[in-house]
Amino acid sequence: MEFGPNLIIALIEGSVQAAVLTLIAVGLSLVFGVMRVVNVAHGEFFMLGAVLAWAVASFVGGHPAVSFILALIIAPLLVGILAAAADILILKRINYDPENTIVATIGILYIIQQMTLITYGPDARPVEPPFNHRFSIPWFEYTEQGYSMYWPWGLGTTSYKLFVVAAAVAVIVLLWLAISRTKAGLMMRATQLDRDMAQSFGIPVDRVNAIVFGVGAALAALGAVLIVPIQQAHYLMGGEPLLLAFIVVIIGGLGSLPGTIVAAVFIGLSDGIISIFFAPTLAKILSTLLVAFVLIFRPQGLFGKAVR
Amino acid sequence: MLVLDKINAGYGSAQILRDVSLEAKPGEILCLFGRNGAGKTTIMKAIMGLVRTTAGVITLGGQNISRLRADQIPKCGIGYIPQGRRLFSELTVEENIEAGLLVSNGGQVVKQRVLDMFPPLKSRLDQQAGTLSGGEQQMLATARALAIEPKVLLLDEPTEGLQPSMIEQIRNVVVQMRDEGVAVILVEQRVDAVLSIANRVTFIENGYSRETLNASVLNSDKSLLDKYVGV
Ligand SMILES: Nc1ncnc2c1ncn2[C@@H]1O[C@H](COP(=O)(O)OP(=O)(O)OP(=O)(O)O)[C@@H](O)[C@H]1O
Ligand SMILES: [Mg+2]
Repeated sequence: MEFGPNLIIALIEGSVQAAVLTLIAVGLSLVFGVMRVVNVAHGEFFMLGAVLAWAVASFVGGHPAVSFILALIIAPLLVGILAAAADILILKRINYDPENTIVATIGILYIIQQMTLITYGPDARPVEPPFNHRFSIPWFEYTEQGYSMYWPWGLGTTSYKLFVVAAAVAVIVLLWLAISRTKAGLMMRATQLDRDMAQSFGIPVDRVNAIVFGVGAALAALGAVLIVPIQQAHYLMGGEPLLLAFIVVIIGGLGSLPGTIVAAVFIGLSDGIISIFFAPTLAKILSTLLVAFVLIFRPQGLFGKAVR
Repeated sequence: MLVLDKINAGYGSAQILRDVSLEAKPGEILCLFGRNGAGKTTIMKAIMGLVRTTAGVITLGGQNISRLRADQIPKCGIGYIPQGRRLFSELTVEENIEAGLLVSNGGQVVKQRVLDMFPPLKSRLDQQAGTLSGGEQQMLATARALAIEPKVLLLDEPTEGLQPSMIEQIRNVVVQMRDEGVAVILVEQRVDAVLSIANRVTFIENGYSRETLNASVLNSDKSLLDKYVGV
């Protein structure tokens, strides 16, 4: 294939990666922004979402669309409840002390991972996409008669991949509206800015924390349900998204949602493009280098504010 | 109405308040006077449940509130205007007032009434609170607390860093709340700025509450002011 069609493919694949990465990173960033918790177990909530999606799909059976829609609701919900419980039973008890929280979430990481290995096993398992219409994309070439359209072999995508991107955009827009326009969002932002004052205005900050931790994990799980028809569910699949999500929130500025979204789209797209034209490893090397530069020259991230 | 009875409280292992007793009555302004570090702000925080009391009780209308969670205290009708304002600085003026409305469920009516008390805020509803001038910030901190429709109002050094005309405005609002039957506790360094509106005064020294007197006594006899505030 020539450069043009190749670039289109890379952009589509990159958009799918970017969409899912945005959901994961926004979850991580939300939790850090409001609770000041660095959640090392975030990748495992992602993995759990994928495994639960498989469980729901194989338990329900029937038409893939039905079981997929159920998975899309049930998996994030269960993961959210589990995370909220972990917040109340573990993180709250250690008072969100920064160092202890990191140790505790590492503990949660291994508990979830090993429990999944014991129950679900070491195999990677697929989930059928609800629909998977394949279509080709036309390209142009210059001939003696001027520009003409043709369908290069291999240039195409599936309706499901486009759906993943659209779904992620919709979720992010809804989340944005919820945070900026609703009472719950106001409570969340007030808690983020000043815990004590939030309490003095009747905001139950413990409940806000549990809900934010749950929503953050549910976003990761949602990303996993969306990607699992493309990538398969496996008990070790949480590691790479966690690394990428950390890269994204550091570049975007910890706790800054707009920064996180921009950085996730950038990292997701460039990861897709570099992987296709060069090698996946090079993509990781470059993004890690970028993190190093950001940490050296702009530690608050590209969109973050300097520490008060 | 609001009674502190032999309160002990502090931060971690550092005990700050010892046997603090005082009482705020409806339709009265109780002033707390004391030097820097005497524990005045800590008293406010103890009432709001932001520092834990280790002994003594705090009652509101006879009900013990010292074991309530901090977020339940404002629901009992206690409004807090903290030292340094502590606005939700990245939220807008309107959102700060809405934070107050979360407690009272007062909606538009209360919001309108509160804004009518501070007209300069009306044209700045969409401005970030952190970008307001000092005087406007104090207005907003007051408006936010009044939005919960408090029965008890705690003000911690509301005149800090304000010019005389603003101090006058704050004083008028405090008097208006008192006249509506609110019990006011007012912490002030500037004794001269508030002595004229105070009904009673409790002196705070090294974490202890000392004499409580009628304000009229202090107007004629300044010796206690010299002793506790050292003008
Ligand atoms: N968060 C804290 N942790 C530990 N000690 C504190 C804390 N806040 C205040 N203190 C200490 O408690 C004592 C009383 O402080 P407080 O703020 O109540 O004084 P204050 O009377 O309000 O003083 P000012 O007039 O300067 O506002 C001081 O010795 C102070 O150092
Ligand atoms: Mg003080």
